[in-house]
Amino acid sequence: MATDINPAPTSPKIVSPELMFTATKHSRKRQLTENVARGVFFAMTLLMILPLILIVVYLFVKAAPILSLEFFFSNPAKGMRAGGIWAPLLGTIYIVIISLLVSAPIGVLAAVYLNEYARESWFTRIINLAVVNLAGVPSIVHALFGVGAFVYFARMGRSVLAASLTLAIMTLPVIIASTKEALGAVPMAFREACWNTGATRWQTIRGIVLPNSISGILTGVILQVSRAAGETAPIMFTGAVFFKAISEGDVFAYGLLDRFMALSMHLYQLSTQVPGVPEALEYGTAVVLLGAVLMVNALAIVLRVYLRSRQRW
Amino acid sequence: MHNSKKKIEITDLAVRYGTMEALKGISFDVYENEILGIIGPAQSGKTTLLKTINRTIEFEPTAHVSGSVKIDGLDVQRIKNVNQLRRRIGMVFPLPVGLPMSIYDNVAFAPRTAGIRKRSELDELVERCLQQAALWDEVKDRLNSLGTKLSGGQQQRLTIARALSHQPEILCLDEFSIAVDPVTTMRIEDILKELRSEITILLVTNLVQQARRLADRTAFIFESKLIEIGDNDVIFSNTPASRLTYDYVNGTFG
Repeated sequence: MATDINPAPTSPKIVSPELMFTATKHSRKRQLTENVARGVFFAMTLLMILPLILIVVYLFVKAAPILSLEFFFSNPAKGMRAGGIWAPLLGTIYIVIISLLVSAPIGVLAAVYLNEYARESWFTRIINLAVVNLAGVPSIVHALFGVGAFVYFARMGRSVLAASLTLAIMTLPVIIASTKEALGAVPMAFREACWNTGATRWQTIRGIVLPNSISGILTGVILQVSRAAGETAPIMFTGAVFFKAISEGDVFAYGLLDRFMALSMHLYQLSTQVPGVPEALEYGTAVVLLGAVLMVNALAIVLRVYLRSRQRW
Repeated sequence: MHNSKKKIEITDLAVRYGTMEALKGISFDVYENEILGIIGPAQSGKTTLLKTINRTIEFEPTAHVSGSVKIDGLDVQRIKNVNQLRRRIGMVFPLPVGLPMSIYDNVAFAPRTAGIRKRSELDELVERCLQQAALWDEVKDRLNSLGTKLSGGQQQRLTIARALSHQPEILCLDEFSIAVDPVTTMRIEDILKELRSEITILLVTNLVQQARRLADRTAFIFESKLIEIGDNDVIFSNTPASRLTYDYVNGTFG
């Protein structure tokens, strides 16, 4: 046996306290490994947030000269080379809200059915498989579906409604999946305890399952806001246009069947299609888009913390 | 003592999960207002038996049931309103499940689902059920605190209060005393003896002595079969019908 190993505490040999805490070759090596491991993990964490911080700071610095209330509330002007972002901002808000008004109720209710009512069968297995696969379909494919189904077949034309419905189709499977996950996190024992008292499925869902999964459900839904706001492809084909002047400051400026501008598309046009756009304008648009998404995500976190604090287990 | 009216009649009841047989055709009757002890080693089908009575066995996707369970002469498989059936049967399982809501709401949950809304009526019911479960004195000042924050033993008594809250005619207890200290177990046992005048109790227990103390009759289930059922004087005597029963009861098994 090597002499530099600390004797185990159970060893019958009496060890002086000083000797027990003296560093040995092995313990020094162990400590070194520990420090290296911790250092590497910490470095990777830094590496991960560094780009994020850089992007945000860079964007804000570049956009600083143009950020003002007027920037938010005026339409783009002079062939996109001046003015603000009112029309695209309002357009994005419209399509995000309308698409979620459609996809959130359908998605959440369908997930409740799949998770709480449906029995395991070939039918539900196919639906679950479809949900998972649909969630992975690229947005450009959803865009083409939207063109076929809403723009032409349903004769909505290229419009706010057609684009919103396309985004709804795109976000639906993800909402179903995240809602199912939130519902599945509620322990089965709670449901069984309710059923044993003669409560119906709905009474159990209403009394136990939903109150304890609502934070997860809402977080999943809200995260789709940022996805819907950021996508360009699905709206490009279904209603977003290069330029459309609307009355400034009027929140009801778009009709459901109007074409519209949207932030994501606007940013794309500014940076690639129009020569001579002031840099600040591009970065200003990017900051607003990023800011909106970050704000919604922050809202999701706050809501989650709040609802989680009311959750009882 | 129990009267001779049959409350539950079980005939040729067999249950299997997939290919695993949990009950291999057992038949016996439970009389009204008796405490029937059910003893037997783990995996012998006792819990399955209880689940078949209130049809929560239906939540096991692989379970297949044959034979019949009749309550008051009605085959439970034929009962349309299964929630009504479950309301007539109180269930207490070995691991206490406090619902994530206040102590009050835990007990008021079942009455509310049954349509009772009046506050005074609920108050009275909650107090009575908590009294019956020997929990009232400990929680009467904090009825609004969380049921899940109670200790294991208290949660188990909360579960018993919840099982009583829908005023069942039959109470099934599945090893209720596992998480409860001996003193509290005694208090609950005393309460069960009182409840016997109103309801029929099925007491599944691993503690042979508990069945001996509490039950009027005891059934011994072993390897998914009913070995013997009879008055406690017989089961716990030196001459039960089966040698297996004697060995199990006296701890000389195997």
